[in-house]
Amino acid sequence: MAEIRYREALNQALREEMARDDRVFVMGEDVAFFGGSFKVTEGLLAEFTERRVIDTPISEAAIVGCGIGAALAGLRPVVELMTVNFALLAMDQIVNHAAKIRYMFGGKAKVPLVIRCPGGGGHQLGAQHSQSLEAYFLHCPGLRVAVPATPADAKGLLKSAIRDEGPVMFIEHEGLYGLKGEVPDGSDYLVPFGQAAVTRTGKDVSLIGYSRGAMLAAQAAEELAQKGVDAEVIDLRTLNPLDMDTIIGSVKKTSRAVVVYEAWKTGGAGAEISARIAESAFDHLDAPVARVAGGDVPAPYNKHLEAASLPQVEDIISAVDQIVGV
Amino acid sequence: MVVELGLTEQEHLKLYRQMLLIRTFEETTAEQYAKGNITGFTHLYSGEEAVAVGAMSVISDKDYVVSSYREHGHALAKGATPRAVMAELFGKSTGISHGRGGSMHLFDPDLRFMGGYAIVAGGLPISAGIAQAVKYRNGDEIVAVFFGDGAVNQGVFHETVNIAKLWSLPLVLICENNFYGIGTNVSRASAVEDLYKRVCGFNIRAVQVDGMDVMAVRKGVEEAARISRGGGGPTFVEAKTYRFRGHSMSDPDEYRSKMELKIWRDRDPLTKFSSHLVNEGTADQKTLDEIKREVEAEVADAVDFAEKSPEPPLTQLMDGLYPNGSA
Ligand SMILES: Cc1ncc(C[n+]2csc(CCOP(=O)(O)OP(=O)(O)O)c2C)c(N)n1
Ligand SMILES: [Mg+2]
Repeated sequence: MAEIRYREALNQALREEMARDDRVFVMGEDVAFFGGSFKVTEGLLAEFTERRVIDTPISEAAIVGCGIGAALAGLRPVVELMTVNFALLAMDQIVNHAAKIRYMFGGKAKVPLVIRCPGGGGHQLGAQHSQSLEAYFLHCPGLRVAVPATPADAKGLLKSAIRDEGPVMFIEHEGLYGLKGEVPDGSDYLVPFGQAAVTRTGKDVSLIGYSRGAMLAAQAAEELAQKGVDAEVIDLRTLNPLDMDTIIGSVKKTSRAVVVYEAWKTGGAGAEISARIAESAFDHLDAPVARVAGGDVPAPYNKHLEAASLPQVEDIISAVDQIVGV
Repeated sequence: MVVELGLTEQEHLKLYRQMLLIRTFEETTAEQYAKGNITGFTHLYSGEEAVAVGAMSVISDKDYVVSSYREHGHALAKGATPRAVMAELFGKSTGISHGRGGSMHLFDPDLRFMGGYAIVAGGLPISAGIAQAVKYRNGDEIVAVFFGDGAVNQGVFHETVNIAKLWSLPLVLICENNFYGIGTNVSRASAVEDLYKRVCGFNIRAVQVDGMDVMAVRKGVEEAARISRGGGGPTFVEAKTYRFRGHSMSDPDEYRSKMELKIWRDRDPLTKFSSHLVNEGTADQKTLDEIKREVEAEVADAVDFAEKSPEPPLTQLMDGLYPNGSA
């Protein structure tokens, strides 16, 4: 085990998979000479040359479309969209094309494409650069959606994504790139899709999060422990597939659930998770499922307004206060 | 005294003052960013002043302007006060977008400054829509849209030019070719390096001008504006320019050589224009120094104003989201 940063873990995953399989290549805006705007692809150009580390023009629709075509023709592209906000320019290629091709062509075609996108808010980047858009992709059948919260998961999930036979939206969190954590050694370390991690066991309430939301949930659990509330924390790791077994198993034990996510609350991943808990574990619940999420508002630039628009650890604690003891 | 394009001495000095105001504003912004008073993505315009000032000097107050995230200079040249822009960078409620937008999202309908948009090429179709509204109302205004060399590689750029030509819209497209889209040189992003050639297929007037020379920009945009205003449809001006700083305040700027920077710094639009003014006898150094003092005081006042302005109250988080004011 080595302690490395989230960004380095992603870099290792790319490096290892490129070394292992010549079909894997990377393309995107400023990924080669500049080393990636969040430095995830740093050093890849020197190791793998311009044949496999390719700078593109600012043309998101064409970048994803080229990725789809290359995947159809047998390669395994990993395309980087500079941030998930710009995935909106490629939405047609993602939703109308990448997600549909296998099914629409009778299962005869495959699109082993990874679309990496940094996302999330909290850095005062304003309304057009701070979004968490995973729900848009979760909504669309045919796309896998990975949302790693730790360096180990960032590496293991990215390697699984690259080896997957279908399109994967791989959403990284800009606020986690500098996060350090233990990452298992060995180039065959993979984290399978659809397996949530129970990062803390507890009996009083299930805190269910993903990406940075999982980190906030873990912090809240520590503070709740001081107050005598024993929270279980689940990091979903992927939203599609969604590990309902782990969620339901936990809720059956604790009878209370809070879903934590940074995206807009309305129609977010937490809405889907809450609905599924209600569908399959209603009889086990002692309180309504709570959602602690981002405000339904475009990200404001002002620091205090932005903080007020994002879920904070205290918000999780007060949500728990309201349902524990009910 | 040499008078170009019918400019009076006062008009010459106004061009100088505006360029100097933008430069001073931007360098002060960098200082305030370093102090932590400004955060987020902040893209400075230092080096490119001649483009905004030259272009704005040949369009009227009634004309509309649309810009990108590198828009402090465009907003100031269109008449925004340094106070309103600086307060926005500080995130204060007195800011031009009430602290909601920040550096990348300035807007003032009274000035017909129709917004800075942070999605590359995002403002382009919007600018065509504004031009469509002008035409719809039989107005005589034009729309000037500013965008970078990176934007011409977006599909929507070509969709916009096509529609503008098809409908003969009064749109002046001003491409600020500063040779880089973040760290990628234009030669590695555009199949054709001379970007004005990218619109050849639309059969519109497209020219290239020296974006470090305010007079050259004036000339190019004046012609373009005349055509677009006169019913001639869209026009395109490529201004070759250079940003003296990194892409944004968080860019260490490691991809450009010292040599390259020096070559462009030697062509600084401000020194070029001020020596032109002095050499031609349009102004003496004393007058220019006086302008410098005034501009510095104006920017210092803007910082002071921004510092003393109130933060938007938390109770106003949802304000402005929907037209009826409710969340
Ligand atoms: C659609 C989209 N893709 C990517 C980005 C990230 N990005 C911001 S500025 C920029 C470079 C733009 O370069 P250019 O158009 O030349 O303008 P300049 O910054 O040089 O003024 C990029 C890639 C973005 N904001 N929007
Ligand atoms: Mg540029």
